[in-house]
Amino acid sequence: MRYLPLTAADRQAMLAAIGVPSIETLFADVPQAARLDGLVDLPRAQGELEVERALAAMAAKNLVAGAVPSFVGAGVYRHHVPASVDHLIQRGEFLTSYTPYQPEISQGTLQMLFEFQTQIALLMGMEVANASMYDGATACAEAVMMANRVTQRKKAILSGGLHPHYREVTRTHARFVGFQAKLAEPDPEAREDLASQIDGATSCVVVQSPGAFGHVRDYSALAEACHKAGALLIVVVTEAVSLGAVKSPGAMGADIVAGEGQSLGNALNFGGPHLGLFATRERYVRQMPGRLVGETVDADGRRGWVLTLSTREQHIRREKATSNICTNSGLCALAASIHLALLGEAGFTRLAALNHAKAVALAERLASVPGVSLVNDTFFNEFTVRLPKPAAGVVERLARKKILAGVPASRLYPGKPTLKNLLLVAATETTTEADMSAFATALAQVLS
Amino acid sequence: MSDWSQAVSQFRGDGKASPTVSGNRGLQIEEPLLFEQDAPGRTGVDLPEPPAVKSRLGGVTREGPIGLPGLSEPQVVRHYTRLSQKNYAIDTGIYPLGSCTMKHNPRLNERVARLAGFADVHPLQPVSTVQGALELMDTLAHWLKTLTGMPAVALSPGAGAHGELCGMMCIRAALEARGEKRTRVLVPESAHGTNPATAAACGFAVDPIPANAEGRVDLVALKAKLGPDVAALMLTNPNTCGLFEREIREIADAVHAAGAFFYCDGANFNAIVGRVRPADLGIDVMHINLHKTFSTPHGGGGPGSGPVVLAESLAEFAPTPWVVHGAKGFELLERAQGAARRSIGRLKGNHGQMGMFVRALAFMMSHGSDGLRQVAEDAVLSANYLLARLKGELTPAFPGTCMHEVLFDDRFLRDTGVTTLDFAKAMIDEGYHPMTMYFPLVVHGALLMEPTESESRDSLDAFIAVLRALAKRAKGGEAEYFHGCPRLAPRRRLDETLAARKPVLRWQPPRTDRQAAD
Repeated sequence: MRYLPLTAADRQAMLAAIGVPSIETLFADVPQAARLDGLVDLPRAQGELEVERALAAMAAKNLVAGAVPSFVGAGVYRHHVPASVDHLIQRGEFLTSYTPYQPEISQGTLQMLFEFQTQIALLMGMEVANASMYDGATACAEAVMMANRVTQRKKAILSGGLHPHYREVTRTHARFVGFQAKLAEPDPEAREDLASQIDGATSCVVVQSPGAFGHVRDYSALAEACHKAGALLIVVVTEAVSLGAVKSPGAMGADIVAGEGQSLGNALNFGGPHLGLFATRERYVRQMPGRLVGETVDADGRRGWVLTLSTREQHIRREKATSNICTNSGLCALAASIHLALLGEAGFTRLAALNHAKAVALAERLASVPGVSLVNDTFFNEFTVRLPKPAAGVVERLARKKILAGVPASRLYPGKPTLKNLLLVAATETTTEADMSAFATALAQVLS
Repeated sequence: MSDWSQAVSQFRGDGKASPTVSGNRGLQIEEPLLFEQDAPGRTGVDLPEPPAVKSRLGGVTREGPIGLPGLSEPQVVRHYTRLSQKNYAIDTGIYPLGSCTMKHNPRLNERVARLAGFADVHPLQPVSTVQGALELMDTLAHWLKTLTGMPAVALSPGAGAHGELCGMMCIRAALEARGEKRTRVLVPESAHGTNPATAAACGFAVDPIPANAEGRVDLVALKAKLGPDVAALMLTNPNTCGLFEREIREIADAVHAAGAFFYCDGANFNAIVGRVRPADLGIDVMHINLHKTFSTPHGGGGPGSGPVVLAESLAEFAPTPWVVHGAKGFELLERAQGAARRSIGRLKGNHGQMGMFVRALAFMMSHGSDGLRQVAEDAVLSANYLLARLKGELTPAFPGTCMHEVLFDDRFLRDTGVTTLDFAKAMIDEGYHPMTMYFPLVVHGALLMEPTESESRDSLDAFIAVLRALAKRAKGGEAEYFHGCPRLAPRRRLDETLAARKPVLRWQPPRTDRQAAD
């Protein structure tokens, strides 16, 4: 077996050194009835060639998004990732290291995370960011639980423009953790009035920028309303590239920002692993979940970095921890940090402008298809169109024509008849003129 | 003192200054922060000029610069390459962190996870276009169910602690379905911190149960604590002392007789994979860290993946989405409706850590049923080899053999002036990543070592020789040497108190002279 260095002779010599007659002796504490005599009923070992062939056959059954015109978004976006990103994250010293518990020999990971925290805080317009969460949806649930701790209240109001997965994950936590998650009706036209729903029991209001249906809104007034009532405003960002063009959550007055960082440096990966982002104000830092890297000095006075404020965390505080999270998304954070380092201010803002321009062009193109209308007054790189028939069937028919047309709202909000003709459509810098033409032409055919 | 010997003494950290002009030490190169390498306007990505369009942002636009530094590609590549060289990694040496299972990460797994058919597929594409991805998830589920003997598995949890949350939520849901309100969860004192944190997050009161003199659950104490208000026992097996809970079937029977559920923390599954099925031990629910037993790379802190296997009594509560076999191939149940109507609902965006599923399945298929069994055997053999060859110099915490990890306490350092921490830092200068320190909490100054199956005998022998020599050195009255360690790493001991007292959690631009004058 190519991954196992011990030879039969080694095993014999080691058993002798231990002073036991056989490996069986070392398993003597396992109840006899639970010890398997033979092998479990699974295939035997295979070589690289055979394993790769078998898995490649499965991969070949999927329609690759990058191989066809693709307009699927809804919280996961297909961007161009520079070649050096994937090369650098595969350096073994990053890829195969553990959580940096021994800082003297983990300065690479620690400095990288310190830079990542700074980059994310800057993008979000917030004071501090942590070293990552599992994904945007879990970061959102953690943000609500943090707001509950800060305010000592237990009612969260979740916008109808918040990604449905984020709403569902938060609702699952609400049931078992013990708080109230009030879900506003899905809001495809971004007309909801959440400020009027805030009361003295409200811990937080959660909104998304840009919204799940694509709208761009300034939540500054809502932030004021929250603060007047002693509640926090949580802003969720599912498309990190938007932060190069859209007003930052911090500038709107957000107290906590939960986000999805997949757009930066990370592939679609059929939905994971992705990158949970989490940022807040300095005054709340001790209520934050997750790991934090801080600057310090070593015994010779040289600058260095360590994991810090760990008295918030489960390995120290156990049942009193702010969160049970341990493993996070370190390598995805590295990919995002490298991508941002490559882009820089000039590249990142241009990337955002490019995404917006592509979406504007696509929206005009699709709105000119007979029977199709644009729902949004505002958008960044994703918007909602209303079709003359249910969107799910249209998407299925376009998929047969090898066009991934977007996400039917009915997939995200099943059982809502008013939403069934709505289609979420995204464009990024990878979208070409030819993609747009192919989509508009095929859509017209399918609808005619 | 000659220049040379002075330089050497400084190199050993006896002086404050660096022995070199640059501050670099051979291949250890000091690397400034990205933000300290900024040139405005510079970029490492060439993008076309965006066409002029009428903005649809509604005036909600960013005002002012973000503050991201501008670097070119060669600078970025060099930056991260230099940073990487300041990290220890399983690729560079044995990584004996107990209960972390730092084993070799096969590169085939990286290759297959990057196949466009897995990596470049969107989670919300029509299900008809992702049949291969669902087949992979279904195949992984089959392997996990077969290896554990459990009838169901929830794939979506993002890591071990997330899997714990999933399992404990399923238990709460099952209790509620029975109309029972049970409030207490029993957790051994030796448990990972995530166990009590998870139980508390799910609204349970945590009740610790003590260990007996043999480092195992005290069955009498456990039975005394069981009652009609106990929801579950959370137990790691083999436990964090590296010992198999011999009375696990009696424990399971007692827990079940009290109407409670038996949660197993599967962090240490590597000790028994392919040899023992958790279902045969009486377990109701267990998470599996794919980033431990099944070798998906730990990436400096993640991502992980924490599928949860469930007994029949809990299966219907598994979180959505579910992959099911339908008339037209695989289907995804994304909502708690229909067959999944009693599901606890969604725990994570999309469908779970697909990239980790591919890698873990590649690892399983490469090893096969025979190779996985050998994994458990070699992991246990290697840990016992460390135990046998070190017990003359170090003090094993408990008598007898161990499973896949071996626990020492700090009695061998008594009256030496050297602590477990000092000992660990001396290992760094010898080129080794230390073992887990001060965990589990049930022994004094714990040193928990897990070599995994990935080490050759030569590697183990070299490691043993260093530990024995260091132990002798500690006992020989060289405490001062240890207090100054490490001297040869990229950094010497870092001031963690300062970091926590005055947190600096991000880079700030240096104050200008004018600001300073104000």
